[in-house]
Amino acid sequence: MFVTGVGMAKIDRHYDKGFQELVHMAVKNLVNDVKLFSPEAIVVGNMMSSSLFQQDSLAALVADAIGLRGRGGFKVEAACGSGGHAIAAGYALVASGLYNQVLVIGVEKMSDYPTTTTTAALAQAADFEHEAIYGTSFVALNALVMRLYMHRYEAKREDLAIWPVRMHEHGSQNPYAQLRNKITVEDVLKSAVIADPIRLMDSSPIGDGAAAVLLASEDVAGKISDTPIQIVGVGMGSDGLDLASREDLLNPMSVRIAAEKAYKMAGVGPRDIDVAEIHDAFTITALLSIEGLGFAELGESWKLIKDGRFAAGDKPSINLSGGLKARGHPVGATGVYQVAEIAMQLRGDFPGVKVGKADYGLAMNTGGVATLTTVTILKR
Amino acid sequence: MRMSPARIWRERGARYRLEGSKCRKCGRVFYPPKPACPYCGSLEVEKVELPKRGKVISYTIEYTVPEGYRHLAPLIIALIELENGVKVLAPLTDVKPDEVYIGMPVEATLRRIWEESDEGLIVYGIKFTPAIP
Ligand SMILES: [Zn+2]
Repeated sequence: MFVTGVGMAKIDRHYDKGFQELVHMAVKNLVNDVKLFSPEAIVVGNMMSSSLFQQDSLAALVADAIGLRGRGGFKVEAACGSGGHAIAAGYALVASGLYNQVLVIGVEKMSDYPTTTTTAALAQAADFEHEAIYGTSFVALNALVMRLYMHRYEAKREDLAIWPVRMHEHGSQNPYAQLRNKITVEDVLKSAVIADPIRLMDSSPIGDGAAAVLLASEDVAGKISDTPIQIVGVGMGSDGLDLASREDLLNPMSVRIAAEKAYKMAGVGPRDIDVAEIHDAFTITALLSIEGLGFAELGESWKLIKDGRFAAGDKPSINLSGGLKARGHPVGATGVYQVAEIAMQLRGDFPGVKVGKADYGLAMNTGGVATLTTVTILKR
Repeated sequence: MRMSPARIWRERGARYRLEGSKCRKCGRVFYPPKPACPYCGSLEVEKVELPKRGKVISYTIEYTVPEGYRHLAPLIIALIELENGVKVLAPLTDVKPDEVYIGMPVEATLRRIWEESDEGLIVYGIKFTPAIP
């Protein structure tokens, strides 16, 4: 199984573009990246086309945006983890032998509506009946987890401001990133409180984007690309939809399970990973993701970040794209951006901060508060 | 957001009476109620009413709230551990944001939690208020 081509659209508030225009941008870049473009099926990762735009049947909409009417396909929904799950579904279509070449697209439009409307749609990632019904936003659920983390591990608010500063540093060099300004710890600590202790600058921005990845079997990969990147591990995991019945909010079961499966399938461990793109919708999400993936012990990631670990040049280097925080987080598209970025890092042509020589890369994407997670491991 | 009378009626156990589930196999009690045990996988569970007192184990003060809840901002949402160890996520009421702390004793009370419009459906549910320790 190979990633034989990638294409991304710059994440932004694209008021002039709908789903079709965004997808078209990403796929045009992908077409320029390959020698041959003839996907047999389309998988679309998206969360909110239905709740915000009253639009289902997204694969047909996408097919017509890129001149592929007739190709079969479907939409994959796993909240903010939709993109990673679309990759897993695309992988399965090719691995099963059903198709040789499958196009996986992630697309999301978030900026058309006032923040409160988008916030309500995002809250659908949570247990509506028992938690979101109270007006509990998605940010609030993460804020509860962040306060618990700071309380249990005695982490200070300023310690947890280092991550977003670093993400903006990385994002400033990524031409596809939504936020390309540099910020300071003080900027984070002075930014508006969204749901205490989460501030605006702990949070990924609202933006529109699309990314595309062309998956192909070994038989045809060489015809499509001179630099195919192998997918050697794919894992999925889940945790309770509600937070109340979870065993431990600070030990993300879905990440652990997805990572175990992907590492085992790839025959590698956390120490073998050179470069990773992880889910950091909020600062707290980054910490739990790093710990869940085995890059740090529980409760230790914030100390390692403070010591400068996981930055460019370290192994693993994490979120050289700027992460969800600065690259942007068009929710259902994010997981596809990550796989595209890791493939480019392994090829050596990522247009932002580069990892240098790398053999193994990892992409980790989750929907909800680490509710539905995928981990994908790629090899040069 | 769309609510139907059937849905409000169907969901009344958990939201009006704080009903949880008890696993007939491993004995674990949990909230929200589910038709299967999330811990041992047993398909045999029964409904149980949960204690109405507990303490705050984490909380947030939510300033940017979803549509339909603006009049309630800032919302205080807490994760509460009940006296039997079961955890519940619910709003706090009758308390100021700066008075909330981890470990604060609270007790359940029935309140209005959402209304469709002035003449539409009303959803009631449990909120927690500060309790005397
Ligand atoms: Zn059980």
